Amino acid sequence: MNPSEPAMNDRSADTASLLTLDGLATHLGSATQPVRAVDGVSLQIRRGETFVLLGESGCGKSMIALSIMRLLPHSGRIVAGDILLDGQSLRALSEAEMRSERGGRVGMIFQEPMTSLNPVMTVGEQVAEAVRLHDQRNRHRVDERVVELFRSVGIPDPQRRVHEYPHQLSGGMKQRVMIAMALGGRPDLLIADEPTTALDVTIQAQVLDLLKQLQRETGMAILLITHDLGVVAEMADRVGVMYAGQLLEINDVAGFFARPAHPYSRKLFRSVPKAEKRDQGLDVIPGMVPALNQPFDHCRFADRCELVEQRCRTQLPPWRGAAESGYRCHLDPDEVKDLGSRVPAAPRTAQGAGEALLDVRQLKVHFPVHKGVLRRVAGFVKAVDGVDLSIPSGSTVALVGESGCGKTTVGKAILQLHRPTAGQVLFDGTDLAHVAGAELRRLRREFQIIFQDPASSMNPRMLVEDIIAEGLVAQRIGGNRAQRRSLVERLLEQVGMPAGAADRYPHEFSGGQRQRIAVARALAVQPRLIVCDEPTSALDVSVQAQVLNLLKELQLELGLSYLFITHNISVVAYLAHEVAVMYLGRIVEYGEVGQVLREPLHPYTRALLSAVPVPDPGHRRAVIKLEGDMPSPVDPPSGCHFHPRCPDAMAVCRERYPQVSEIGPVRRVACWLTVPGQQRQTGS
Amino acid sequence: MPFQPVILWTDALVYLLLVLAAGMLWYTRGHEHLMQPWRRVAGSRTAQAALVVLSSYLVIGLLDTLHFHPRTGDREAADVVYSTEVSSLFDVIAGPLRTQREKTYSAPFAIHLFSKETIEKADGTTVRDYPRLAYGGAHLDAHGTGRLADILGKALAGAVKWALAWSLLLVLLCRFSRARILRLLGGRMRNPWHVAAWSALLLMGVFGALWEMAGYYHVLGTDKVGEDVFFQSLKSIRTGLIIGTLTTLVMLPAAILLGIMAGYFRGWVDDLIQYLYTTLNSIPGVLLIAAAVLMMQIYMSNHADDFNSLTERADLRLLFLCLILGVTSWTSLCRLLRGEALKLRDLEYVQAARAFGVGHFRILLRHVLPNVMHIVLIAVVLDFSGLVLAEAVLSYISIGVDPATNSWGNMINGARLELAREPVVWWSLLAAFGFMFTLVLAANLVSDVVRDALDPRLRQ
Repeated sequence: MNPSEPAMNDRSADTASLLTLDGLATHLGSATQPVRAVDGVSLQIRRGETFVLLGESGCGKSMIALSIMRLLPHSGRIVAGDILLDGQSLRALSEAEMRSERGGRVGMIFQEPMTSLNPVMTVGEQVAEAVRLHDQRNRHRVDERVVELFRSVGIPDPQRRVHEYPHQLSGGMKQRVMIAMALGGRPDLLIADEPTTALDVTIQAQVLDLLKQLQRETGMAILLITHDLGVVAEMADRVGVMYAGQLLEINDVAGFFARPAHPYSRKLFRSVPKAEKRDQGLDVIPGMVPALNQPFDHCRFADRCELVEQRCRTQLPPWRGAAESGYRCHLDPDEVKDLGSRVPAAPRTAQGAGEALLDVRQLKVHFPVHKGVLRRVAGFVKAVDGVDLSIPSGSTVALVGESGCGKTTVGKAILQLHRPTAGQVLFDGTDLAHVAGAELRRLRREFQIIFQDPASSMNPRMLVEDIIAEGLVAQRIGGNRAQRRSLVERLLEQVGMPAGAADRYPHEFSGGQRQRIAVARALAVQPRLIVCDEPTSALDVSVQAQVLNLLKELQLELGLSYLFITHNISVVAYLAHEVAVMYLGRIVEYGEVGQVLREPLHPYTRALLSAVPVPDPGHRRAVIKLEGDMPSPVDPPSGCHFHPRCPDAMAVCRERYPQVSEIGPVRRVACWLTVPGQQRQTGS
Repeated sequence: MPFQPVILWTDALVYLLLVLAAGMLWYTRGHEHLMQPWRRVAGSRTAQAALVVLSSYLVIGLLDTLHFHPRTGDREAADVVYSTEVSSLFDVIAGPLRTQREKTYSAPFAIHLFSKETIEKADGTTVRDYPRLAYGGAHLDAHGTGRLADILGKALAGAVKWALAWSLLLVLLCRFSRARILRLLGGRMRNPWHVAAWSALLLMGVFGALWEMAGYYHVLGTDKVGEDVFFQSLKSIRTGLIIGTLTTLVMLPAAILLGIMAGYFRGWVDDLIQYLYTTLNSIPGVLLIAAAVLMMQIYMSNHADDFNSLTERADLRLLFLCLILGVTSWTSLCRLLRGEALKLRDLEYVQAARAFGVGHFRILLRHVLPNVMHIVLIAVVLDFSGLVLAEAVLSYISIGVDPATNSWGNMINGARLELAREPVVWWSLLAAFGFMFTLVLAANLVSDVVRDALDPRLRQ
């Protein structure tokens, strides 16, 4: 053990505040009608603790981070309040002094590691820059220090890696480099703005783990910004809940999860999908976040609150409790409890298992890789490499896996947006892979798709009416213009939107509303199968609940089948009947959702499930760490694709791809461990 | 009828352009998302002032586009005879400016010719001196006494007349409401319309002064054959505008269609279109233009009978120059659009449309085209000034417009040899430079604002 460590621990035990925000207010835009992005936020972060700012998109949590660093966008300015770092006001510093604080006492890592690194400099050089600027002691031994930093953030083979360029590193590695860069200045405070949102769960687990470990070693405080309750439970010592530019609640993590004080916090918990909620609807927060370009003279959550009272609409709510832990509400703690007993209207999960509507057999989608002057085909990206899948009518099959495993390609190949290289896509007995032209065009009304990003899935230059009616026109259904119009209005009603929405443009709606419009568009042609390609991953939790409820209701009502492509396990647990786990173009495990999630058989499934952060601070899970990253689908490893990262790899795994063993009526696993003969071999 | 209307090729295309612009305006008014960027343009002071300058050019250009054969011969004669000469409405308005020709060069506001000649006096003796101009300052006495005062007086009178005319028009526009006028001129409206109003006033004043003086003097001097340079510069406006706009009109269909097709379809379509434009791009533009224009020239001199008048011939050559400039300049826009279409084709709304079984053509029309239009518009506005300058350069090396056509390039070409003279004949060059500079500067200022307003990346 390092002798300096106890001293550091001593320092971290010191409860004096490291960072204090005192009534911070940050405005954006014009002076006459500013957007009050941060509106009077006070909080304290102690040395060595992790403070998590939790909030939905647009609530101002990133603006707090940028205000501390004084990196606000051009139109932004701090109009009131103070930022004290170790008792010293950061607002009083000149820009030159501030520059030495940034990356010095305060380090920051961003959400998008892909764009935070300069692509034309080696990563080592970029980290060295931080060391040279901010680490006086190591100025003469920069190179060694960089290697040291690389090692401390868990980058394997650091001597070689320092000479590589960002594009040679995977996303997780880049985020580690970013962390190394932030550590280069030996910060007292590390601000991490959604550091894992762009990463896969297994990588997220690695990075979160790394942050915790570094905190233990260096005793720095972390201000973590996230929207994920699971990450909060995993990381936080204390939590601040942001809403519309204000802190609504500050609490320590145990208290927050046991007894969330503010009605908004409670609603957030109730809108998280879980396996236990399968037979009920999710709680939704109605309405939208109020526009921030107005001054508030009443509670800003009042319009969406179930417990709203007269005074909520006329007076600003007081802060109840101490600065350390308290909440901003008119209601007493015992009055807030009321909310817990209300049970939302409950759409059951449809009972699936009808006839197989879609039967995918040995589906392969290979994309050619061209090389050289003559652009000869040098190889293939085997995005999908032999997938079997069957979806009964009226049920939901979830396809889970990390980014790049080919799950979206499967969805698009089923819809014939990518033509399969080989295999069959039998839809109601017709092989879609072998129909084309007008015939395919006619069949297209039977299967539809909902995309991840509702912002880019609708033409910004078309009215909602035209967007929804597009399929009707293309399929020549829905009659004349007036009839189509009434049909569009009915569809909008069906997805819970007012009929007047038809005459507006998509950008006038919030993310959740846009996703409903996308659902209405898909429903317009009365499909039997809808491929949902991560339909909720761009949405906030409360909005996600609305969309999931809607999808569930529609399935019950119309008997739709869904192929639900996602990486969010809790959504799978809530919605799906069967689940397929994909790895590098192949399905490694398939089965009934409860079984797979309860007792995963494939090592990859196990690792994937263990990496998902659970929104419960009491739940200490043992994360199965996967080494490295997913290999390239151009050149998959020999034998089982998973063997280089598999903790249970055997000799045979390196040689041959495992045959699929059928366990039970629907359960299938492609792993040598489940092949009886092989198990005996390893045992002996 | 006192005249017989003539529609030259370029006139027809200008009318077509006007119809298209009006159609786009009408369409834009009905679509809020299309109106928004233009509101931003209207909100910019720079754009307001620059647009006033541009529209003054436009008015002159359009007046010069209404062509006709004037009636000649005896007015009482029974059979109507029209002149073979083609005039424009602007020629009629300019009247004396066009007809009052001197013998050769004369400096701005001069009352004598620029070079000495042998003058026969009334008593029969001859002297070598600068002769008086036939028209410039002809109302003054032999020594030109009080010339400066006369010039200033005329300038003031003209400026006041035209400024008053504009003020009247403004009052009319404000429907005689005092409050409205005050609000407009005080800049208390949502958009800075007062900038437009004041710069129009300034412009009208300056133009009025010049116009009034031009009735009595050659304000910008005369050229080698004694033609008024001010008149030439004004006539050149049409040529400049036509080159700047028609060329774009010619190239747009090809650039847009090929560009988005290449990006959307990929595969062999993309290969073919790419080969086409890289090949075209690798031929030096000037060479191609020179070859084409020379061919055209030979064709015209071999088929001289096919043309009713010199003007028609010159006009066809102008159109041809537009065509050939269009052929050499569509590639860059095409390349831009291909890149954008490549991005758009993978966007989810295009994929969603394909999932509905929407046909390719419809997808191109409804999803791709509207979403690249901002790029097209930016390219058109940016190209405009480049093309006006290109005309000057091409005419300078005499592969541009017909020598009979008034153009800034021809003016510069004519003036270049005289620069070697002592004293220098500078006014042709300076006039062409000034007019061109003003137009290009105004166009560039507008295009900057349009670009900022339309480019989604520059928005917050």
